[in-house]
Amino acid sequence: MILVKKLVKRFGPITVLRELDFEVKSGEFVALLGPNGAGKTTLLRVLATLSRPTSGLVRVASYQLPQAGASLRADLGVVSHQPLLYGDLTAEENLHFYGKLYSVGAERIQEVLELVGLANRKNDLVRTFSRGMQQRLAIGRAILHNPRILLLDEPHTGLDQEAGEILDSLLHSVALEGRTVVMTSHDLVRAAGLASRVDLLSRGKIAASVPAADLSASDLVDFYRTALKGRGKA
Amino acid sequence: MKLYLRAVGAVIWKDFRAEWRNRENLSAMLVFSLLVILIFNFALELDLNARASLSAGVLWTTFIFAGTIGLNHSLAVEKDRGCLDGLLLAPVDRSVIYFGKAIGNLVFMLIVEAIVLPIFNFLYGFNVFQPGFLGVVILGSIGYAAVGTLLSTMVVQARTRDILLPILLFPLTLPVIIAAVRASQGFFQNLPLAEFSIWVNILVAYDLIFIAVAFMVFDYILED
Repeated sequence: MILVKKLVKRFGPITVLRELDFEVKSGEFVALLGPNGAGKTTLLRVLATLSRPTSGLVRVASYQLPQAGASLRADLGVVSHQPLLYGDLTAEENLHFYGKLYSVGAERIQEVLELVGLANRKNDLVRTFSRGMQQRLAIGRAILHNPRILLLDEPHTGLDQEAGEILDSLLHSVALEGRTVVMTSHDLVRAAGLASRVDLLSRGKIAASVPAADLSASDLVDFYRTALKGRGKA
Repeated sequence: MKLYLRAVGAVIWKDFRAEWRNRENLSAMLVFSLLVILIFNFALELDLNARASLSAGVLWTTFIFAGTIGLNHSLAVEKDRGCLDGLLLAPVDRSVIYFGKAIGNLVFMLIVEAIVLPIFNFLYGFNVFQPGFLGVVILGSIGYAAVGTLLSTMVVQARTRDILLPILLFPLTLPVIIAAVRASQGFFQNLPLAEFSIWVNILVAYDLIFIAVAFMVFDYILED
């Protein structure tokens, strides 16, 4: 579903992604972990067509980037640490607006509001929502058009424990619908609990990749530390 | 084409809906315009000759400065709330964002102009309710909104965007400002159209060229 080979992304003199290879099969849920500045967000932005690769092969859902544009974006749902919602519009109006851009009807909007548990708050302005509610609505926005691929960039940022758990169960149910999911996170345990595979990104390259089922919580910390040591030697 | 227009309409609808709720943009543009018109009115009150020759310039200075307030706000609000990415992720041609934003900016300018013009008529004594003059106002506003939307998208990532936009915008829109002022003067002084039609033609050409350029380059401007 996602194939990346020798991807390089530079911002002026700074190289963020260094000949990165990455593959995600259809229906897989991959957690991308790594320290700040490892290139997680940049990789997600390239996959989401928000950033143009400097060189390398990037293929998402059989579309080659950067040539593929609108047609690929119809297959993508993106959740960022910012909710990408308008505070001066109500929850329903926000979905109505995105629905028009994605050619989604009113029935689906109501369905999504039910799914994310905000049907009873649909007429409230988004700026009155808590961070957790905004993030649930952001997931609603991302899945509004039933995309095959979900890209989640640190969706748990700024959420308290309870809101994080609600988001987890929502993400779990969304992933169960057979979507391919790539999620970046700093929360090792939470990411491994949701994902089927954990990849560690370090210095713009995948430093390690293991099935999440093979990792216990303590293994995960060792796995992360070992990969970071490798980064120090690099 | 129907989907394209629907998407453009959605961007415009969203901006107007949000503006209706917070009234941040229109109220700032309107208050600023009225203040400029009033200040110039008092400043030029004693000099009738200067008043006759400068009024068109005063009017367009008011429109241009008010328009710049709107243009700064238009894309900054998307960037500051992180919504620009949401627009860029939509499965539509990215020129939809340009046309949605440009038309929104134009309509905001026209609303302010519709309120300012009768007051200008009352204070300065020029007949602004001439179809030809109103056409010049619309053409000048289209040119300013077309270039302004393009440039405000270019500078939206910059920390100094509020300063950068006028520095880039004013020189680039100089032809449209001069042409609009000259054509307006022609109407205010009741000159035959043939004497100043060249300025109207420049306005039309400027609008067409910059809308075409914006359509072609907008996708590249949005890249990081």
